[in-house]
Amino acid sequence: MSYLARRLLTFPLVMLGVSILVFFAIRMIPGDAITAMLGTEAGLLTPAQRESLAAYFGIDQPILIQYWKWLIGVFQGNLGISVIHGKPVLSIILERFPLTLQLALMSMVVALAVGLPAGVFAATRNEKASDLIVRVLAMIGQSTPNFVVGLLIIYALSAGFGILPTMGEFTPFLTDPLRNLGQMILPAITLGFAFAASVTRISRSAMLDVLSDDYVRTARSKGVPKRSVIWRHALPNALIPVVTLSGVEFGYLLGGAVLVEQIYALPGLGRLVLEAILQRDYALVQGCVLFIAFNFLVVNLLVDLLYVTLDPRIRLGEGG
Amino acid sequence: MGRHFSTKLLSGLALATALTAAAIASPASAANLKMAWKQDATGLDPHKQPAFSSIRLLELIYEPLVRFDKSLTIVPAVAASWEFAPDAKQLTFKLNPAAKFQDGKPVTAADVKASFERVLDEKTAAVARANFLSIASIETPDDKTVVFKLSQPDVPLLAAMASINAAIVPAAEITAGTIGTKALGSGPFKLDKWEPNSKETLSANKDWAGGKVNIDGIDISVLPDETAILAALRTKQIDFALINDPLVATLVPKETSLILNRAPVLAYHVLQLNASRKPMDNLAVRQAISCAVDRQDVLDTASVGEGKVTGPLTMPGYTSDASTLFCYKKDLAKAKKLMADAGFANGFSATVIAANGEPATAAAEAQVLQSQLAEIGVKLNIKMMELNVYVDTWLKGDFDMAVALNGGRADPYPMYNRYWTKTGNLQKVAGYIDDTLDSLMQKGRVETDVAKRKVIFSDLEKHLVEVSPWVWLYTSYSYTAQQKTVSGFEPTPEGSLFGLTKVKLN
Repeated sequence: MSYLARRLLTFPLVMLGVSILVFFAIRMIPGDAITAMLGTEAGLLTPAQRESLAAYFGIDQPILIQYWKWLIGVFQGNLGISVIHGKPVLSIILERFPLTLQLALMSMVVALAVGLPAGVFAATRNEKASDLIVRVLAMIGQSTPNFVVGLLIIYALSAGFGILPTMGEFTPFLTDPLRNLGQMILPAITLGFAFAASVTRISRSAMLDVLSDDYVRTARSKGVPKRSVIWRHALPNALIPVVTLSGVEFGYLLGGAVLVEQIYALPGLGRLVLEAILQRDYALVQGCVLFIAFNFLVVNLLVDLLYVTLDPRIRLGEGG
Repeated sequence: MGRHFSTKLLSGLALATALTAAAIASPASAANLKMAWKQDATGLDPHKQPAFSSIRLLELIYEPLVRFDKSLTIVPAVAASWEFAPDAKQLTFKLNPAAKFQDGKPVTAADVKASFERVLDEKTAAVARANFLSIASIETPDDKTVVFKLSQPDVPLLAAMASINAAIVPAAEITAGTIGTKALGSGPFKLDKWEPNSKETLSANKDWAGGKVNIDGIDISVLPDETAILAALRTKQIDFALINDPLVATLVPKETSLILNRAPVLAYHVLQLNASRKPMDNLAVRQAISCAVDRQDVLDTASVGEGKVTGPLTMPGYTSDASTLFCYKKDLAKAKKLMADAGFANGFSATVIAANGEPATAAAEAQVLQSQLAEIGVKLNIKMMELNVYVDTWLKGDFDMAVALNGGRADPYPMYNRYWTKTGNLQKVAGYIDDTLDSLMQKGRVETDVAKRKVIFSDLEKHLVEVSPWVWLYTSYSYTAQQKTVSGFEPTPEGSLFGLTKVKLN
C-alpha cells in the first residue's frame, strides 16, 4: 500500500480519538451551559426549570447516548447546532476559517521573509558581530509573548500616531482587498514576529551544518561564486528543518491564534473556540476541535510530501 | 543599486500608508453611534438572560412595565401608571396607549398577561420567576388595564417588575415560540443584526412611545481587550464604550478628547465566609476576620481607590454611614483576642476561591485579603478559577471563603431574600441563617410604610455585619467612556445603557 493511502487510513482513527477526547473533556470541566448562561442566578432555578433548560441544551440525556447521537450526526456531515449562534456549527466554522487561513498564511510570509534571510546572513557571518546581533534579536523575538508585541504595536500606533486598523468590523479579502490587508497586516506582523525569530535560529544552525559539508567545500573549491554556493547549493538542503518547523507552526496557526485574535478583535477560529469553551457551547467546541485536528493532519501530511520534493533521497514510509 | 533599493523602500512605504489609510477610513453613517464593549450578550430571550452583558443589549430593545431612573425611582415604561391596593395584595397597571411593538402592533393587556405567565411557567426556566411567586392570578378587564392579584402582600414586587427579566413580549411571539430567536420588543431600538461575540447593529425605533431618540442607530463592536477599546477611542474609531477594568478607566481622563462617566453601582465586592464549615461556624472567628480586614486598603490596593467602602445595603435611600458599622475600622488587637477566645490563637488555614477576571480586581482582592488575614494567623490559599468553574463551585457552596462580586437591587428584599431567608434559593451559598435575619426579611417584605421599611432593613444590616457571615468590602463604579462630541448620556446605579436614548452626536 502506498504511503499516502496508509496515512489517509489513519485519519478516521485519529479523528475518532480526538472526538472522544474533546467530547468528554469539555463535559468534565465543572459548570455547564446552564451556569454559563445564567451565572450565579442558576442557583435560583427550580428542579423543573433546570430540567427544561437541560433539555434545551441537549444535556439531559446520559453522556454516552449524547456522544452516540452526536457521532451519528458527524458521520452524516452534521456537526450540530450552536446554541449561542443558533446556526449549524459547520457554517459558523466555515465563516470564520478564511480569516484564520489568511492570518496563518500572512504571518508565515512575514516570518519566512524576515527569518530566512536573517538566518542565512547570520550563518555566513558565523561568530562575527553581525551574527551575534542577529542571534540576540532572534532570542528577544522568540521570548517576547505575542500579546505583548500586539499590545505594544496598538499602543504605539494609537498613542503615537493616532492611527489604528479598524477593529470589530472585519472586511473579508474578496469584499475589499485593500481594507482587508490594512486590517490584517498588524496581526500578521504580531504573529509572525516570534515565528520569524524561530525561523532565523533554525535556518542559521541548519545553514551552518550544511556549509561545513563536503559537497559545499567541493563547490567552493571548484570556484563557484559565494552567492551561488549559499543560495543554490547549501540553502535547499538547509530547508528541511525550516519546513518541519513551518509545517508544525502552520498547523497550530490554522487552529486560530487566540491571543492575537482577542487583541485585534478578529473573528477567527481561535476566538470562536475560546468563546465556545467559556460559554460551554458543546457542539461548537466539538466541531471546532475536530475541524482543527483535521487541518493539522492534512498539514502534517503535506509537510511529509514536501520533504520528498526538497530531498529526493528521502523515501517516505520505507524502513523505520 | 542603492537608488533602486530606496525606490523600493519608498514604494513600500507608500503602500503601507495607503493600506493604513484604507483601514482607518470609516464607512458607517454619520448619525449612528459607534460603540464598543468587551463582553457580548449571550442570548436574546429577555426572560432567560440575567448576565449584565445581555441585559445591556436587551434593555435597548425590550421594555418592562416600569423601569428605574438614575435616582432609582420607579418611572413608567410600558405602563403609564400603577396602584397598589391598601393591603398590598393587588397591583393594577394602566398601560401607555401609545406603546407599540416594533412591528407596529400595540402593546395590550393580553401581551402583559402572556409575558408574566411565560415567566411563571417552570418550563420557560425564566430566571426571575422566584420574584413573582406571589402572583396568584392576572386579570385583564380591558385592553389597557392589567390587575395582578397576589396571594400575600408583596411590596417589593413593583421593583422586581422594573427588570428586563420581566420584559413585556408580544403574546403572538410566545405562541409562535420565537422569543429568543427573534428580538421584537417595544423599546427604543430595533435589533437589525447580531453576530454573537462580534457585532450588532441597532436602529432607532421611530414609533417608540418613550419619545424621540436623537441618534439613527448604534453600531456595537465586541472588542475583547479593553486596552484595544481605549486605543479605538483614542483614534476616534468609536464614540462610546463600556469599560469594566478600573485600571483602564483611570487612563481615560488622560486623553484630552475623551470623557469618562462614572456612576456608583449597587453590586458589592464581598469576602464570603462559609459559616457552615469549621472554623468559620464560630462567631468569634468570623468577627475576628471582619475586624482584621482593612476594607479601605482592599479598595485602594485592588481597585486603585475606585469605589466606596460599603455595608450590606448599597442602594440609595437605604445606605448608612459605613464607619458606624461593627469593626469597619480595622482593629487587630480585637481580632487577635477574638481568635484567642475561639481557641485559634495560632490561626488556621483556609482556601479562598476567586474567578479569573470576574471582576477584573478579583485576584488582587484575594491577595490583599491574604496578606491582611495573615496578621491574625489565618493562612489563605488562593484558588483562581475560570468563571464557569467558579460559579459551579460557588453554587454548591463548596468553598471555605469566596471573593465575590454580587449583584445589587434597588430594594433590599429582592437583593437578599435568596441568601438571608430560611427558604432562600441560595441559602447553601450564604452558609448562614438565624431567626433574626429571617424575621427581619419577612417584616421588610410586607411593610408598606417606607420609613418603617428603612428601620427594618437598617436593623438587618447591623445584625448581618455583627454576625459576619460575610465581610462586605466595597462598591465600585460602572464606567463608560465617550468622545467629547457625544453628549447627553446619563449613567445609572444599575449600570444601564438606557441613557443612550438621550445621547446626541455633535
